[in-house]
Amino acid sequence: MLLLIQYTLIFASVLLLVALGGCFSEHSGVINLGLEGIMVIGALGGALMMRYLPSTLPAFVMIVCVLLGAVVFGVVYSSLLGVACINFKADQTIVGTALNMLGVAAATVLVKAINTAANPDDVSSEIQYVDAKKAFLVNIGSFEFNWFMLVAVVMLIVAYVVLYKTRFGLRLMACGEHPQAADSVGINVYKMRWAGVLISGVYGGLGGICYILAGVSLWKFENGVAGFGFLALAVMIFGQWKPTRIALAALLFGFFRALSNVYFGFPFLMALNIPGSVYNMMPYIISLVVLAFTSKHSRAPKAEGIPYDKGSR
Amino acid sequence: MKKFLKNNAVQALIASLICIVLGLLIGYVVLLFINPAGAGEAILAVIKNFWNYSRANLQIKNFGNTLVKTAPLLMCALSVLFAYKVGLFNIGAAGQYVVGTCASLYAALAWGWGWLPCLLFAIVCGGVYGAIVGLLKAYCNVNEVISGIMLNWIGLYTTNMLLAKVKESTSPYTLHLKTAAPQAILPTLGLEKLFNGNTNVTIAVPLAILIAVAILILLDKTRLGYELKATGNNKNAAKYAGMAERRNIILTLVIAGALAALGGSFLYLTDFEQWSVTQSAVPGMGFNGIAAAFLGGLNPIGTIFASYFIQHITVGGAYVDKTMYSSQISDLISSLIVYLCGFVLFIKYAMNQGLAKSEDKQKQKAAALAAQSGKGGEK
Repeated sequence: MLLLIQYTLIFASVLLLVALGGCFSEHSGVINLGLEGIMVIGALGGALMMRYLPSTLPAFVMIVCVLLGAVVFGVVYSSLLGVACINFKADQTIVGTALNMLGVAAATVLVKAINTAANPDDVSSEIQYVDAKKAFLVNIGSFEFNWFMLVAVVMLIVAYVVLYKTRFGLRLMACGEHPQAADSVGINVYKMRWAGVLISGVYGGLGGICYILAGVSLWKFENGVAGFGFLALAVMIFGQWKPTRIALAALLFGFFRALSNVYFGFPFLMALNIPGSVYNMMPYIISLVVLAFTSKHSRAPKAEGIPYDKGSR
Repeated sequence: MKKFLKNNAVQALIASLICIVLGLLIGYVVLLFINPAGAGEAILAVIKNFWNYSRANLQIKNFGNTLVKTAPLLMCALSVLFAYKVGLFNIGAAGQYVVGTCASLYAALAWGWGWLPCLLFAIVCGGVYGAIVGLLKAYCNVNEVISGIMLNWIGLYTTNMLLAKVKESTSPYTLHLKTAAPQAILPTLGLEKLFNGNTNVTIAVPLAILIAVAILILLDKTRLGYELKATGNNKNAAKYAGMAERRNIILTLVIAGALAALGGSFLYLTDFEQWSVTQSAVPGMGFNGIAAAFLGGLNPIGTIFASYFIQHITVGGAYVDKTMYSSQISDLISSLIVYLCGFVLFIKYAMNQGLAKSEDKQKQKAAALAAQSGKGGEK
């Protein structure tokens, strides 16, 4: 049971972080379908940190460095989306999809190159971080507390405050609702959209490193992040683009994702004799059902997905 | 010359070529970055693909292998293209491809069906799978990209579960069709003679090309195609004009799903590859289909060539020097190409701007000349 709670919380943290990233980007008017790719690249940044930093570093320094690595990689990568979609008015769906494909391919090529350079016989796309991972865990009894749970909560509060209590946040949201109106009162729509995309890079990168640290102590970059970026978008839609609701939605989705990891620990679930694949499918099925019920009256930012053109009416 | 450059098809071709050149160039830079020693050789190996073999008969045989994998890619690309013409982004093609694979392999191995019923079964299953996305989009307003991705994963896990019943007892791979279900292997109709006895080259290759032509005709020359495109351009206007816009959305995704599913059976019913039931990622075929569709300028005929090119470099990736680089470099190049395809509109815009400017200049010159000669007349 404790294990279930532990996994629920950690997967919910991933979904929460990434969904908040999507939330910022969409409130500024850019649909970020490339979150999955941003997660992979963010995870790569963090994993490289863990590989190259000596594991003798104090835990706090380690955590900060890993988080910074993920954030920097995520932000740099998300700027690819910004350039294409904001400055060159490219189709946001195509570019987002390209980023997802590119993220996995680039990470695989890079990690394989690093591994092969270190040892010519090693052609795997894995990075191991057994020792470094320990910095993130604190054992409270048999409950394994992961610092990412705290990071997620802090980032949730930050997101809420920034979006609703600051001038910047309100301006950002105006650009997603009615960019022409925002422009007419002197807000630079392009700048705001860039801010939204880059912030989504910060959150996506954090979510990515959190995802690969949630499970085992090595990560195979060929696998990407198994549709988590899109699950996060489903969480965001279910949460109606509002941070607090997104948090609740993330908990629900996290629970179903956690079930597939620990269902064999429950005698009554084992007695049902459902194959493991069904549990693996659960989060995706649930999200389809949830989307079917919530998308009809969605409160999506009005101008999302439409490139802003100063000249058009 | 100017008229030639203004032609839409020519512009699309130039834009695609720019994307390819830039994609290869960036790929080359990445290789240089990893290890400058063999970068030139590696990028050439990717481009050369089957020409890496020195003997002509091996070359032609491996050319055949590339074609075998081009057929399913072309089907996935057509699926993406068809949906995109109706304003829908069918990222679910990857899942529909998996479902088609599952349906045809399961029917062949578990029920002993022949190849034609297997193909038809794949079409039906893919159509139904696509219809789910369509229904969700038409009636519940669910974003087709998100539901498509969810269905990709559901399809993958279901396929692994079902095909585990027809796998070899000692490996995670499905049974070889040659031994377990020879009746389900697609006929070659003598095509293998063209490819030095490569029996994997089947009717799938010409069929895929015929289907591409059929899609072109369907979209450009029929009433249904017109209605579908109209729905894609403006759903509300289409509804106002008396078109059943919901039916059109669902029908589009049924056709798109069937196309991608057919791709799955085009590959796996040749016995060229076996499905691994421990696969933990959705196969890249559907995603590469997106690359091929956009690189082909969203034209079915262009897509035939684009599919071949994408598959050519994907297979070519296997020939790089593995002690320095990995074969995924070709995935990197094709994903770069998709990214660059996002800029196609801008490239075309820039071309038109350039043309307009030079025309303006000419007009000004002509006007200046006319003014001068006018003055000359006064004197």
